[in-house]
Amino acid sequence: MADSTFRWLMLLCALSIFAIVALIAIELVTHSQMTLAKFGLKFFVGSAWDPVSGEFGALPFIFGTLVSSAVSLILAVPLAVGVAIFLTEMCPKALRGSFSFLTELLAAIPSVVYGTWAIFTLVPLLREYVDPVLIKLLGWTGLFVQPDFGIGMFAAGVILAIMILPIISSLTREVMTAVPHTQREAVLALGATRWEMIRMGVLRNARVGIVGSIILGLGRALGETMAVAMVIGSSPTISKSLLAPGYSMAAVIANEFNEAVSDVHRSALIEIGLALFLVTIVVNACARLLVWAVTRGAPARAT
Amino acid sequence: MGVSIEVNNLNAWYGTNHTLQDITLHIPANEATALIGPSGCGKSTFVRCLNRMHETNPIAKVTGEVKVGGQDIYSETSAVEVRRRIGMVFQRPNPFPTMSIYDNVASGLRLNGYRNRRVLDEVVERSLKSSALWDEVKDELKKKSGASLSGGQQQRLCIARALAVDPEVLLMDEPASALDPVSTAKIEDLIFQLKVQYTIVIVTHNMQQAARVAERTGFFLNGRLVEFDSTHKIFTNPGDKRTEDYITGRFG
Repeated sequence: MADSTFRWLMLLCALSIFAIVALIAIELVTHSQMTLAKFGLKFFVGSAWDPVSGEFGALPFIFGTLVSSAVSLILAVPLAVGVAIFLTEMCPKALRGSFSFLTELLAAIPSVVYGTWAIFTLVPLLREYVDPVLIKLLGWTGLFVQPDFGIGMFAAGVILAIMILPIISSLTREVMTAVPHTQREAVLALGATRWEMIRMGVLRNARVGIVGSIILGLGRALGETMAVAMVIGSSPTISKSLLAPGYSMAAVIANEFNEAVSDVHRSALIEIGLALFLVTIVVNACARLLVWAVTRGAPARAT
Repeated sequence: MGVSIEVNNLNAWYGTNHTLQDITLHIPANEATALIGPSGCGKSTFVRCLNRMHETNPIAKVTGEVKVGGQDIYSETSAVEVRRRIGMVFQRPNPFPTMSIYDNVASGLRLNGYRNRRVLDEVVERSLKSSALWDEVKDELKKKSGASLSGGQQQRLCIARALAVDPEVLLMDEPASALDPVSTAKIEDLIFQLKVQYTIVIVTHNMQQAARVAERTGFFLNGRLVEFDSTHKIFTNPGDKRTEDYITGRFG
């Protein structure tokens, strides 16, 4: 293939990404015209959601998506990094393959299976054993208070955490493996313990990649639909307690789209999709900014 | 001040490969000792046994006795302790790329729990001066990353990093083999100045380098120490035929 042909072909591939994003945006905007015109910006800050009387506000869903995703990151990131550290630095070679295979298997389970498992196993477990402890220990924060039905924001966060764990841990493992052995030796030769070696020689050098993997995990958490819809409680309310039921953007689209009571309702759901699209863009941009701020002046990779 | 190193019956393995066989030698304090020999002769493994870096490879094994300043580093202390007392400079410069020059030099001190800014400032300056890098980097200590320096500067940064924790021994595993001649000359000058304060063990491929910097030289071949004597004697009147063959370039 001639160089110029190759170049144009690759350029076409790159441009197709822009085209797809633009088409999605156009589609979302044209089909949500009705509510865009009727509610304007109030749609994004209103918290009433009443299809029957025609009141639509996206705030509870935006809140639910952000909070359930945040909970999932708080739970999944330390665990995923721990798994990655074990696999790259400590796991006996013979076990490494099967261990990584197991973590990646988690990523292959369909989300409806996760959701079903969550309803029948995870939620009762949380309700019986985990939530009472949280209420006792962290009740004073107001984040874990009665009433507790098991399903709700926290359950959604936990199931999301399990779902994004394999993405974050396998990518983190990948970037940690890419850190040159000489970096580990440099730290060890200074008299570092195993943990100090991992902190200074590995995690520090891999941090940009690790943040990248967290962003990918976050992307999945923000958009995850089925499992969340099954356990979040489907209640368009904003409450401080994580044990209270909530709703997420993706979940409300999945639950209500087929049974939309009116054209306005359908338009509102599509505008929720637009909101999800925007939230994802904003969150990603913020994450990139964070990476940029942390690593300014320092190269990302070891030589 | 530097301390002497006494090695008795040291044996080392990588898996089933017996890479060091019955090494016994005495490295005097405050001198530079060079270790020469063809690739794969065990000289690098040997220095890595002196600060217990050898055992960081899971398939590695070592037996015998290594006394640094009278203390057996294998039975009387931990690997972490040993490495705090014995600095090491590697073949390829390995500064921490995400740290500034300053943080690179201070890294060892911070590992040891030093947080006092004044102490850190002082040690960083002294170490960079000892490694002859201060004048080249003093204006951008905290702005520039360790990886933005040239190869020779990076290696001197690594030497400063090793010196900052005030070790008793400095191990150098072919410290100049990845550098150009000018940078190499700077490193050699440095070794001359450093041995006043430290005991230096330097592995080198370059026989002229051994002759230039070291008081004593050991010749390794196939995992054995063939000969260990004053550098002058090794290079003018070696006691072993194999040493003579190697230094006259008949093999290796």
